[in-house]
Amino acid sequence: MKLSTTLRRRAAMGTGAAIAAAVILSGCSGAGSGTEIEASAPSELEGTVSLWHFFTDREAEVIQGVIDDFEAENPGVTVEVHDGQDDEKLRKVIAAGSDDIDVGLSYSTAVVGNLCSTGAFRDLQPYIDRDGVDMSEISDTVQAYSQFDGVRCAMPVLADVNALFYNKEIFAEAGIEQAPKTLDELTEVALELTEYNDDGSIKRLGFNPFIGMYENTPSHFGPAVGGEWLDDDGYSAIGSDEGWPVLMQWQKDFVDEIGYDKLQAFTAGLGQEFSADNAFHTGQLAMAIDGEYRTAFIDDQAPDLDYGTAPFPTATGYEDLYGAGYIVGNIAGIAKGSAHPELAWALLKYLSTDTDAVVKLANGLKNVPTISSALESPDLEVTDQYRTFIDIALNPQTMTTPPSLVGDGYTQAFGDYWEKYQAGKGGDLAEGLAGVDKEINDSVDLVAGP
Amino acid sequence: MLAPALLGILVFFAYPLVASVFFSFTRYDLVSPPEWIGLRNYEYLFTKDPKVWSAALNTLWFIVFLTPIKIITALCVAGLLARARRAAGFWRTVFYLPSLVPPVASVVSFVFLFNPGTGPVNQILRFFGVDGPLWFNDPALAKPSLLLLGVWVMGDIMVIFLAALLDVPKEQYEAASLDGANGIQKVRFVTLPNIVPVLIFALVTGIIAALQYFTEAAVASGVASGKATVGSGTASMLGYPDGSLLTYTQWLYVRGFANYQLGYASALAVLLFVVAAVFLVFLLRRVDAFNPEGAK
Repeated sequence: MKLSTTLRRRAAMGTGAAIAAAVILSGCSGAGSGTEIEASAPSELEGTVSLWHFFTDREAEVIQGVIDDFEAENPGVTVEVHDGQDDEKLRKVIAAGSDDIDVGLSYSTAVVGNLCSTGAFRDLQPYIDRDGVDMSEISDTVQAYSQFDGVRCAMPVLADVNALFYNKEIFAEAGIEQAPKTLDELTEVALELTEYNDDGSIKRLGFNPFIGMYENTPSHFGPAVGGEWLDDDGYSAIGSDEGWPVLMQWQKDFVDEIGYDKLQAFTAGLGQEFSADNAFHTGQLAMAIDGEYRTAFIDDQAPDLDYGTAPFPTATGYEDLYGAGYIVGNIAGIAKGSAHPELAWALLKYLSTDTDAVVKLANGLKNVPTISSALESPDLEVTDQYRTFIDIALNPQTMTTPPSLVGDGYTQAFGDYWEKYQAGKGGDLAEGLAGVDKEINDSVDLVAGP
Repeated sequence: MLAPALLGILVFFAYPLVASVFFSFTRYDLVSPPEWIGLRNYEYLFTKDPKVWSAALNTLWFIVFLTPIKIITALCVAGLLARARRAAGFWRTVFYLPSLVPPVASVVSFVFLFNPGTGPVNQILRFFGVDGPLWFNDPALAKPSLLLLGVWVMGDIMVIFLAALLDVPKEQYEAASLDGANGIQKVRFVTLPNIVPVLIFALVTGIIAALQYFTEAAVASGVASGKATVGSGTASMLGYPDGSLLTYTQWLYVRGFANYQLGYASALAVLLFVVAAVFLVFLLRRVDAFNPEGAK
């Protein structure tokens, strides 16, 4: 039987309207969550609470060890652990209005702006105030990257800190006794330690200045000049910061000193960063900037490597910043749809503020603790190389990349321009940085503008 | 009887399409309710997005070069295999096998093979005194390097061509021979007209695949940059080197899932759909005009 044209059109319009309505309704679902909490913390915990985290394999076992301790301390509580869950899965489940997630643990602070501003993670301040959690245990910088726009929706659970790694054997051969403290010294030492093949290609680099290689990122280099990223309104502060041009000029001069093409060819032939062929392991790099987790990789993959660590050098005129560095880390919060918020808070508080738990996690994961009692704990396994990262974490001038509504879009925009600049395609630096500002601000406006 | 098919179309085609169109007019981050902002996402797309056009050009490059070269290579190989007298099964297997390798594994293998420092390709070139290029690490050569990979995995379309070629009636070749046609004329007047539907299929699916080109370019960027990892930071490696492998769909992914701008990503998706639809309608109409049976 044939439908008339009018009927078919009406049917199509009806279907379209129904779909559009479904779309709008689905987009609006899952909103809202209770922010009322119990007047006092439960005297005894009982029930089941779920923890979603991203760790897998050995690292998941470390998490499980601490969860076992939590369950032993709270016999009435069972923790359902879901490992290998990344940020996208977390956000999708929360957005669907599900109550499956009680506590979510993320590897990235880039997601904090979104989680806090949307309410995907609950505001923890009422719990913190009620239970009298001593937030002074957490440095201002770490507090800054785990909250957004005055909303504390997450607690830090360990951190990554960056510092300079140097090969002691290569240093000794060249008669160099200590790591460089200024960027000019870094250039000088790096050039001294660089060796070339007969055909002029690089055999060994003292330090690879290439932005984009391994952990060479603007955020990791930035503390050398105290580079600011965003202003108080969340817009770009890069173009107006006095330090970034100084740092970029130093880096560009360093690249030009060796030669862009030579560096590009050398860098292209290096092993993968997260493999035993990492160029610092193999001695192809005498110095490198990297995180504290590299000490664990070296223990495992290059145990004979004789190396030291030191804070990353600072630029001339910024010597007072020496000793600080870059810090960022994991964050955890209570999901909007959590059906067991008190249990979730108890677990979250344990993972983020219990000294023994944090020390155990840090020892197992080889990450840096985020509370001072754990940083100073005698139970924390600290080698000479690892000590540097503890000191940087405790340094009040240590910096981070602030949470933003556009995730890591602003660091990406800056990094992309810097890569062009080092290749000689960036044009006038001031104009280029103004362009970076515009790119970031336009993107922020798209999310938050009027 | 049509209900299951209709349901499938509604759930997997109509709903996502209508949803994308709706979200493209909103500010939407997946978690908060969408907020209607009119044409603002489109205004940003056409006037402010700093990378969308370079990403679109990269995608266009794959449409213009990867699709036809892959089809021509597959057709040539299928033609040779159709005439093979000995060990035909062996050669079919040899040429088809690469297409069974998962895309991620094949890209990883290729990037390691073409590693400028340690890869066997440059080592062989070095043995002959040739200084090999940087391949996946050179913005000018990264896309052509992926083209080599695309040709290597042409087995899937090659077997379809082979089936079509073997299906061409032998009598037509015999008749052409009696009429004095040479080899090229047989291909022009017998083979091609017979396999036009298969060629169109290969072209249409090839263009759609190129428009959605993502995995191979993303993995190549990650591995070639030396920072292959999963989870945090993957978005920052897309496009390496120097944005040369940043395709349109990767940019859509970055904006939607790394920058939490799903409303804007929906606008990008809608534009992609419109371009693909216009492209394919134009293509099919042109082909229709060339096909004597389809001429009206």
